[in-house]
This record gives sequence, C-alpha cells and structure tokens, in this order.
Amino acid sequence: MDYSEDYDGYDDVYGHSVDDDYYISPSNRQFIYNRENSRDQPKIGEFIRTEQDIQEEDESETASDLSDLDKARLESCIEQIKATLGPLCIPRNELVNIIISNNYNIERATNAVLDDSKNLQSEPKEKVPSIKVVASGGKTTTNVTKGFDLSQNKDSIKLNTTPRSQSPASGRGTPIISQSEGTSEETKIIKSKENKIDVETQYKKERGDSKEHLYMVVIGHVDAGKSTLMGHLLYDLGQVNQKTMHKYEQESRKVGKQSFMYAWVLDETGEERNRGITMDVGRSQFETKSKHVTLLDAPGHKDFIPNMISGAGQADVALLVVDATRGEFETGFDFGGQTREHALLVRSLGVTQLAVAINKLDTVSWSKERFDDISQKLKVFLKQAGFREGDVTFVPCSGLTGQNLVDKPTENELLTWYNGPCLLEVIDNFRTPERPVSKPFRLSINDIFKGTGSGFCVSGRVETGSLNVGERVMVCPSRELSMVKSLYIEDLSQTVVFAGDQATVTLSGIEMQNVSIGNVLCDPQNPVQVSAKFQARIVVFNLTIPITKGFSVILHHQSLVEPAVVSKLISQLNRSTGEVVKKHPRFLSNNTSAIVEIQVSRPIALELYSDCKELGRFMLRVGGVTIAAGLITKIIL
Amino acid sequence: MKLIDKSIDKEGQGYVTLVPEEPEDMWHAYNLISEGDYVRSSTVRKVQSESSTGSSTSNRVRTMLTIAVETIDFDTQACMLRLKGKNVEENQYVKMGAYHTLDLEMNRKFRLTKHEWDSVSLERVEMACDPTKSADLAAVIMQDGLAQICLITSSMTIVRAKIEASIPRKRKNFIQQHEKALAKFYDNIIQGILRHIDFDIVKCVIIASPGFVRDQFYEYMFQMAVKTDNKTLLENKSKFMLIHSSTGFKHSLKEILQDPAVVNKISDTKAASEVKALEVFYTTLQCEPDKAFYGKKHVEKANEAQAIETLLISDNLFRCKDVNLRKEYVKLVDSVRENGGDVKIFSSLHISGEQLEQLTGIAAILRFPMPELDEDDESETED
Repeated sequence: MDYSEDYDGYDDVYGHSVDDDYYISPSNRQFIYNRENSRDQPKIGEFIRTEQDIQEEDESETASDLSDLDKARLESCIEQIKATLGPLCIPRNELVNIIISNNYNIERATNAVLDDSKNLQSEPKEKVPSIKVVASGGKTTTNVTKGFDLSQNKDSIKLNTTPRSQSPASGRGTPIISQSEGTSEETKIIKSKENKIDVETQYKKERGDSKEHLYMVVIGHVDAGKSTLMGHLLYDLGQVNQKTMHKYEQESRKVGKQSFMYAWVLDETGEERNRGITMDVGRSQFETKSKHVTLLDAPGHKDFIPNMISGAGQADVALLVVDATRGEFETGFDFGGQTREHALLVRSLGVTQLAVAINKLDTVSWSKERFDDISQKLKVFLKQAGFREGDVTFVPCSGLTGQNLVDKPTENELLTWYNGPCLLEVIDNFRTPERPVSKPFRLSINDIFKGTGSGFCVSGRVETGSLNVGERVMVCPSRELSMVKSLYIEDLSQTVVFAGDQATVTLSGIEMQNVSIGNVLCDPQNPVQVSAKFQARIVVFNLTIPITKGFSVILHHQSLVEPAVVSKLISQLNRSTGEVVKKHPRFLSNNTSAIVEIQVSRPIALELYSDCKELGRFMLRVGGVTIAAGLITKIIL
Repeated sequence: MKLIDKSIDKEGQGYVTLVPEEPEDMWHAYNLISEGDYVRSSTVRKVQSESSTGSSTSNRVRTMLTIAVETIDFDTQACMLRLKGKNVEENQYVKMGAYHTLDLEMNRKFRLTKHEWDSVSLERVEMACDPTKSADLAAVIMQDGLAQICLITSSMTIVRAKIEASIPRKRKNFIQQHEKALAKFYDNIIQGILRHIDFDIVKCVIIASPGFVRDQFYEYMFQMAVKTDNKTLLENKSKFMLIHSSTGFKHSLKEILQDPAVVNKISDTKAASEVKALEVFYTTLQCEPDKAFYGKKHVEKANEAQAIETLLISDNLFRCKDVNLRKEYVKLVDSVRENGGDVKIFSSLHISGEQLEQLTGIAAILRFPMPELDEDDESETED
C-alpha cells in the first residue's frame, strides 16, 4: 500500500485555515472532531469512529491523585492547549500525562503534543526509519519537498508524479472523488508516461547545474513597508545602481516623500509613486548563496487583493511583513486588517513556507518584548491557519534603515538579544518545492501584451509539465490551437521551460482578442477540462452574511476573476473529518465546511484538485472580503 | 402610466384602460398581463382583399383588435412588449379566431380585461400610475479591463453596454503599452456614456470601481471633454458621483446602492428599499437562523402560524403560467397582509430581485423563531 499519498495531502489541509478557537463554544467542543486524528487511521477506519467516547472513561484515574490546585492548573492547561490547537487529537489522559510531565508549562506541553501527533502520523505508515521531518530546510541543491529527507527523495518523486498521488482525498475523500478519478486518470498516466522519462532527464540536464529558482511573494497589511523593505534589500544586494538610487532620493525628496525612496525601486508607475502605495505586483530578482530568487511584491491595499492573488498564485514561498510600530500591528492584524487575510490566502493558494519580517522595529527602539509579543500572537494564528511551526521563521528588521537585511545587525540594542539569521539567510534557507515536470503541460495566463517581433506574448507560470519552442498549444476555454514561436524567462530566450517557471510565450496563429487573462495554455493531447459548473469542497471563513443557495460571489481561479453563483448547497461537512453533518443545508455560516455546486457565468478552464492542485484551487470573494477557499471535486459538463 | 378607465365588479371581473408613457410602463404591463387575458389595442394588420375580378391586393390597415393572450414576450433592452393570441372580436378585416400579434406602443391606450383581478394586479396598476417619479440613475461600474453602463429606474436595472478590454500589466520598459490600452479602454467608456445616458432624464451618474480606477477615469474623461470641447459632459459635470465598489461586476450594484451617499439621493426608490430588505433577511439568517426562511414550503408553513413579519417575493412568481400556482401566491400575499405583515414585491430586473430569484424567489423574516421548520425539513429529506 502506498502510504506516501497520505502524507502528501498533509500540507493542503483546508480545515486548518481558520481560527479554530473562537467559533466553538466550550459546550460543544467535545463534538468537534479533529482532522489530525483522521489522518492517522487506515482509510476504512475513517468511517467508524469510536475512540472519542472511550477516552472519557479512564480520564479521572490519572487526575484523581492530584491536589485541587494542580487539578485547576491542569484544567486551565488543557483549555489553553485546546484553544491553540483546536479540537484535540489525542486522548485526554495522554494529554494529562504530557502536561504533568512538562510541569504545567503550556508552551512546552503544546510542543510535546505536536511532536507526539507527528509521531503518531508516521507510525502506522511503516516508513518510520526513512522519514525525517526537516525542520527548517537543508541547504541542498536537489529538490527537497514537503519535509522529506534526501534519502527519501527519489522515491517520492516517482510516487508524486502520478496524478493520483496528488490527491487530496487521502484523509477525507468523499466517494465522489474516488469515483471520478478511476477511468480518466488511467489513460492520462499512460499518455504522460511516454515522454516522462526524457522530460525528467531533460530537466536535470537543463537545470541540474544552475542555482535553484525560487519565487517569493511579499505580503502584508497596507503600509507595513513591503516595497521599502524589498527595495532596500535589492539596493544592498547591488541590484540597483547608486546613480538610480540617488535619482530616486532626489526625486522623492522633491515631492516630500523621502521615506518612499526605496519603495520606488519596485513601484515604478507615476500613479503608484504619487499615492505611495503598490497597486500591481512588482517584480524583481536577486541571488542568494544557493538560490536565484524572483521577488513578487504584492499590493497590500484591500482593493488590490485580486492582483495580490494572481501574484501569490505564482509563488513558492511567502514573506509576511508586519509593522511593529505600536498600534500599526494591531490595526493590520486584528479583524479587518490584511495581515490575516493575506496569510490565509497564501496558505489556501498552496504556500507552505513562510518567513515573517517584523519590520520597523527601530521605531520601538528594537524592543525584545515587542518582537516576542508580536511573534507570539502571529505564531498562534499561523498555526491555526495551517502553517507548520517549523516552516515559519521570524526575523526582526527595519526596511528603512536596512538593519538585519543582508548583513548581521550592527545596532547594539538588537545585538543584545538577537543572534539569529538575517533576512537574506532566511530566504536562502527556504526549500524549493518539487516541480511536477512530467505532468501534462499547463500554463495559466496572467498577462497579455504585444512583444517586439511578430505575434503577441502571454506570460504566466508554468503550473505543470514543460514546453518547447515550436510545440502546439491549445488555449482553453476557447479551445483554439496556436504555435509557440519563442519562450522567455526574465527576458532571456529559452528553448524549453519547465513547471514552476515564470515564462513569457510568444504565440502565433491566433488573434490577440481571442485570448484573455485567466485562460489556460495546455497540451492539445491532454487538454484541460472546460466547464461552467463544478462541485467543490469549500471552507467558509468569516462572513457577515451567510451563504445561501443562489449566493452570488466572485470566483478567483488563478488569475481569472469571474462572477459566479453558488447554485446548490449539497451537504455540510464536519470540518475535520469530512463526514456529512447535514444534507441540503439551508445556509452556510461562519467557519463551516461544505460541498457545494458552483455555476460560473461562462465556461472556464479548470481541473480536479486530485489531478492538478494548482488548477483545482479557487477562492470566493464577496464585497472585497474573501469568504471561502475551495477545492474542485467534480466537474459537471 | 395613465389610468383612463377602470371598471371592475365585485367578483373581480372587469377591465382597465391604460396608456403607457415611458419604457418602464411596459415592464409594468408585462407584469400585469397574463395568459388568457383579453387585450384590446389599436394595431396594424396586413389585409388581403380580393376584387370582383379576382385579383388580390394586400394593404396594411390600422384597426382595433381584441385578442385572448397566449404568449407574452418582453424585450428588456428595447422595452418592447409583444402579445400573441386569437382574435375574439370580429371586425371587417379580421375574422374570429385568427391569430394576431400585438405590439404595445407608447402613448397609445390599451384595454386589459381579466376574468379575475387579484390584489397583486390591482396594486401593480396603482403603482404603475403613481405619478411621483423617483430619481433616474445611471451607473458605470468598472475595474481595470471591464466596465458596465447600467440604467436604474424604480423597477428596472438595465445593462446598456458592457465594455471589456485586456490591459497588459505594467512591466519594466513596457509602461506605454499599459497606458495606451488604458486610454483606449477609457475612450470606449466615454463613448458608451455619451451614447447610452440621456442627461436630460438622468439626474445622477454613479462611477463605481475598486481602487483608484474611478478617479483616474473621471480625471481622464474631463480632460478629454475639455480637449474635445464636449459640451454635454462639461455641462453635466455636477451629476457625476464617485463611489467605491469592491469589483467591476454587475452585482456590485448592491454595494453601491447601499452607499450612504447614494442612499441619500435615491432613498425613495424601490431599488434601494429592496436591497435593504434583502440585507435584513441575510443578517437575520446569520444571527437568528430560526427567524429567516426561504422556499415556498417553509414560507407557507410559517404563514400558517401567522409568523411572517416581512415577506419578500419576486414578481417573477406572479408571471407563472399556471393559474392555480399564481392564485396560491396571491393568497399567500393577502394572508400575510391580513395578519399585519409587510409584503415586498421585488422586481426581478433589479440585482436584489435577481438574487432573490436564485433563492427560490420567496423568503420571509419571521416575528418569532420557528426552529421546528428546520427540523421538519430534515426529517423529510431523510425520507
């Protein structure tokens, strides 16, 4: 039995993505089931659950010999841990033991519980010796993914390349998913197998010796200092020459916005500079010791979240910038701020590694308390959002003064308590995710423009597969064929591009009017599916008005933005186990999970999540707020 | 609409004579006329006549005809109402039972005879003839690459133009392409505004968008107006209003109509009150789910318990072909009113009406919670 697929899905658990604590009243917490537990079981066991009831029985025995004071401490510990981790996955008496052994220290006990549940996860998989969970990434040059150590790597590549193993179905699959998978996939596997071997060898030949390419999106609340931080980083790395920088300094002083001089490196249009905010995704690149990094500077303003989504959709890792100034962090993080929404969005878009830059620490005179306070708050939230603790790093820095960006800090106040890595080292430590090069080719278009020569260019991220110059591609949903005339990555001509690349493709044999942003370029032999109606499993975030049948929403799918209608509420699910709680619910309120049917205003190109993660994800927004994230489980033609 | 004559007896049988005066009246007429009604109006018909020698000539004559309506077509764009049916009153040109299609025309009276005038239809006549007219509104909803020009009257929202353009993103050294495409896009919108918005009627033009698109566009439009010396735009500069919306799609209209600045201007219109009522319904559903229900079965049960405080119903339901079904709905409306409830009939041409229609077309906010309704439902679905 192939257990790696069970583990594979672990990264993309949607149920984790919302604050698990404040919607459950203590009275009904016991009824909420935890996902973690469900993943430990062999699949059949999911449907027969008994252990929740059993746990309660022997709980009193362990606790009985404690004094009243200890009992009270114990209870409060359990309460706190539950609040952090959501509904619990381990038996209560075990938890009690852990707490006692950690001497009622909540922090330590929480970590112990986490470690414990990780162990639980791997045990039944009979793979324990070979799996090593990498905490913060090794500096290896080969592709290391999803926490597997190198020795495991070759094996996991092979397993992962079949579309089936990408399935999210591992832990909580509905029967629908597995039914639809059957026939269509078999044929696909056979087809892609033919050129699979040579694509992989070609990939190794082309890319094996160069630095790994990493795409990083910078996110955070408006005015957190994202552009300034990145601008300064680029300047320090010598990507911006002194003459230009001097020009920016003079010009920004002229308009009285000298503090924006570094932001001007990435905000290039007059509009952005005048208003002092980023509006569209700014792009730049730099190199670290082991990586070639492409930087995507996302806008933080609420109105430009569609732009941010299309930027974040192309990224492998994310850098969350938060403002440490008193009051500013609170506005950005508390309800309504973009810090939360952005973090949830990138997580829903499949980003698993996150660095948090705690910016503007110079304004609070490099206070350690402030740094700890903020990182503590964020840690709890990010854990609930579904980021693993080991994948999140906190760095104190200042974008304007340039402290702790490229070099070790020089500020004495900071040196007294911080000796961790600087921002650049943290970026360098990110692991490059595995690129699904042997799957059928897919590229989702996020920009269309006239190139220099004949024809026109489209650009976007190659989601899966590879593309050679001279190949034919199909533009979906219009299903028009076209020829690839040339390929570019960052203005450098290429003969072949692979999954993960940010490519510019010159097309011929098709009119520019017939291609629009959000279309998908695909392999004509293995075209992407086209439909206006699909079934999906969604997780509902914070809502002011509930989702009912006929609810009109904006669907964000890759760079595509389309109005859509939730045409049917099929069933409400238990957020952690995926069991059907209620059939045909009247409405979906906050923090629920459900299977729904969605009708888009016109056909779009999409894929089942089980076939292609990138094209199987979507986001629903209403009135400028993200209300749900979802996975496509069934396409209705 | 002008009411010329009305004669309805105790049983509800009778006729009204009406003169439609503006496009919106056609929409009212469309909602009034149902299958089986008699409509009498002047029309043009091609008549063939055979002379004594046997040669036939055909000519068009204007004549009064009464038809028993069989099919009703309404064109929202042109506001045309077309009725097809059999002639029921023979005259010199047209035989009994011959088919004819009537085009209702503006400013030409027509007589509508119904076998049974119910409260909903009578109310509709009253509403249509209400002379206090509310502000006519135009809205341009836009985002980068997409714009829609809509006209909003008290009971209709009509999309007059949809402008789509692909705008290249900004990239280094390629800013010109972005700006050129944007200018072209704005030019198209200006053309659309000039073509579709009649500034003599429209009292206010809303420009709504996320971000700064609206400001940019507004600035550009008046720069161009000054450049080309466009009097219509310059004279009506004060009519433009800039409002924030989260997207450029049509259903953002809902947000726009809730904006306090807009509400002040259009507070008396049906459009605004409908949006508000639906909003209240959704809030209730969120906070007290046992006090808000939708779907015919639930609403009827709630009505039996006299629980309905506000009934939201789409006018689409009254247009259904099944006479009995219509009667049921009318009865529901009457009984809610009898019990002191409020009834809001939504226009299916408005955004809020469209959404209500998706929500089965009928919804109710209750006076007191009825959790048993929800449970009933569950037991039924399980069966």
